[in-house]
Amino acid sequence: MSRLHVVSGKGGTGKTTVAAALALALATEGRRTLLVEVEGRQGIAQLFETEAFPYEERKIAVAPGGGEVHALAIDAERALLDYLQMFYKLGSAGRALKKLGAIDFATTIAPGLRDVLLTGKACEAVRRKDKSGAFVYDAVVMDAPPTGRVTRFLNVNDEVAGLAKIGPIHNQAQAVMRVLKSPETAVHLVTLLEEMPVQETADGIAELRAANIPVGGVVINMTRPALLDNGDLDIAARGARTGIAKALSQAGLGGARRGGHADRLIDPLLEQAREHAERVELERAEHAELTALGLPTYELGLLPEGVDLAGLYGLARDLRRQGPI
Amino acid sequence: MTSDDTTLDASAPWLEVDAVIDDPRTRIVVCCGSGGVGKTTTAAALGVRAAERGRKVVVLTIDPARRLAQSMGISELDNVPRRVKGVDEAAGGELHAMMLDMKRTFDEIVEGHADAERARAILENPFYQSLSAGFAGTQEYMAMEKLGQLRANDEWDLIVVDTPPSRSALDFLDAPKRLGSFLDGKFIRILMAPAKVGGRAGMKFLNVGMSMMTGTLSKLMGGQLLRDVQTFVAAMDTMFGGFRTRADATYRLLQAPGTAFLVVAAPERDALREAAYFVERLAAEQMPLAGLVLNRVHGSGAAQLSAERALAAAEALTETLVADGDPAADPEAGEAGDPSDGISPNSPSADPSSPVAENLEPGGIVDLDGGKNGSRTAGGLSPAATAEHAASPSASAAQLAAGLLRLHAERMQVLARERRTRDRFTALHPEVPVAEVAALPGDVHDLTGLRAIGDRLALRPGDAGT
Repeated sequence: MSRLHVVSGKGGTGKTTVAAALALALATEGRRTLLVEVEGRQGIAQLFETEAFPYEERKIAVAPGGGEVHALAIDAERALLDYLQMFYKLGSAGRALKKLGAIDFATTIAPGLRDVLLTGKACEAVRRKDKSGAFVYDAVVMDAPPTGRVTRFLNVNDEVAGLAKIGPIHNQAQAVMRVLKSPETAVHLVTLLEEMPVQETADGIAELRAANIPVGGVVINMTRPALLDNGDLDIAARGARTGIAKALSQAGLGGARRGGHADRLIDPLLEQAREHAERVELERAEHAELTALGLPTYELGLLPEGVDLAGLYGLARDLRRQGPI
Repeated sequence: MTSDDTTLDASAPWLEVDAVIDDPRTRIVVCCGSGGVGKTTTAAALGVRAAERGRKVVVLTIDPARRLAQSMGISELDNVPRRVKGVDEAAGGELHAMMLDMKRTFDEIVEGHADAERARAILENPFYQSLSAGFAGTQEYMAMEKLGQLRANDEWDLIVVDTPPSRSALDFLDAPKRLGSFLDGKFIRILMAPAKVGGRAGMKFLNVGMSMMTGTLSKLMGGQLLRDVQTFVAAMDTMFGGFRTRADATYRLLQAPGTAFLVVAAPERDALREAAYFVERLAAEQMPLAGLVLNRVHGSGAAQLSAERALAAAEALTETLVADGDPAADPEAGEAGDPSDGISPNSPSADPSSPVAENLEPGGIVDLDGGKNGSRTAGGLSPAATAEHAASPSASAAQLAAGLLRLHAERMQVLARERRTRDRFTALHPEVPVAEVAALPGDVHDLTGLRAIGDRLALRPGDAGT
């Protein structure tokens, strides 16, 4: 069973929401999870309706059955200073480095260092144990960069390990890579039933596999019920028009005669139905494409009013119901 | 026919897209916004439209979806603008498109600004190879470089840029400054010092603190990596000034009146929050904002029929069917949210306790209210209905009508939600002109689709839709 869950997806597919729901879902029955954000947008704080959190792990939610969700927004600069402090006791030298612009260089310009620090911090949390030797977190869920960048992001340590052939950065990068390529890790991709996100999901899976990073499941987000399909439209096309006008009229929507209130509703209503049926067909095709990927899939319904805290708990429940992720 | 007037608010000024792209003084259009809002599609659609209206256009995209790239014939990543075939050039315009290749752009700069030997040393440096292949920030720098190059060429009279899918949509604005502060910093001099004067001999020029620093760096990075970095920085030394100058020039170009920023968003809470943030940021940087493009806005040709009334009517029809003991009635009731099509096994009707059902609660409440109204209405009408019984619609027509009404109610709820979200943005930024683009049912991946998007983009509010 994986302990590091990396959640990615195309922009706009709701990966932060899914990551948060997953952290809640994994935190049942007294378990404890850590939800980490690596892109500094404070999206998690917004979701949990708390103020932006500083660079520290703090409890942000209690899951049903007494579990706990903790959260951390990882900041590359702070992670670097922490790292320097931890391994080199560089308190004041760290500050001096910062003054010189070295920290800026390391976290924004030096190739990959920033990503090494972010993935490194997450892996550290995965491996952290308490005094009794038990893991501090039962699972760590990472709200990762979008699909287009996630493989490079996770694989950065391989690249850096190749670049820095010896020394502590090399060792750190190797250690992180061992976690990321082990069965302890699972990368989940969030998608919508639309062409571009589905395509990106398929491409992302291929890239992850090529980099030997374990892929977990596909989360199909914001699904909507199909209210009508082409079969219904066929009926409408076969001249049920008068019948529909009568039905609308009977339901109190005005006169059924030509030009009457009910009659005037029919064209726009049928147009909407055609658009809906077209979308349903597209969604079926995309769904089939996702199924063909051969990975476990999970589905989460659209929350039309946006995601609030109650909605988030609901999504977590839904994920749990669909089996272990 | 879909009329859009129901989704538009007279209080937000209209963003007249054609006026922006037709104005010969507009030389650069920058499309920015958060991920997944249709930025690239908007940039491509604007390019097609401007070209067909007579301008010589180049579209610079950063990371287009494969099929969109193919539709413009730029699936090959060769970092050179390619003429797009199939565009109507009758008005004298042309469309070119290119996809940014970061590494290639970086390599070209090196080759163009260093002598052959030095260029080779840089290109072979392992640190450079990783840097140029696209680590954090490189994409933004290179997008700015390429934009500067395209503009300097003066070969096109309009450049449409799609911004990189960054951590934050604002990264590309920060890129030149960040580069500048790094290049001006002490750190780069420390990095350069030893390599420049030949290894450790150079150390005596540095004070003790600094030598401690390089010692620390060496310990941290490993001696070999530090040497790679130092060689790289030393070799790049002569080019840094040029980087800085060009980045500053491009930044000023973005502030100039010939540039128009379009913030792209979808009518969703998060996307519009990001858009509002972007608008504020552009103002702070004195960047010329043309307006907000709101993609995928829904409309309805039957907006006179509210969600509540539609649901009530659907309910009344279903009730009548049940009351008539029509065997077809029961399946109808299920059909509305029936999950048997396999699309959404989690649809609300599958499990009453599901969160989806919870979230439909507003709708559900409406439904209940509507239901009461509906029965009242039905009661009021019942004498007439009974009288007409012989002529009553067939069960299948009634089922279909109920389905159409439920669908309409859903559409009207979407409309109301989008309007609320949009109004929140407009309330905060009433001065920002808005162009709304009616939603298409499917994805866009050919010129015809891009043309359709362009038409919708340019549509005056209140004019009949598609």
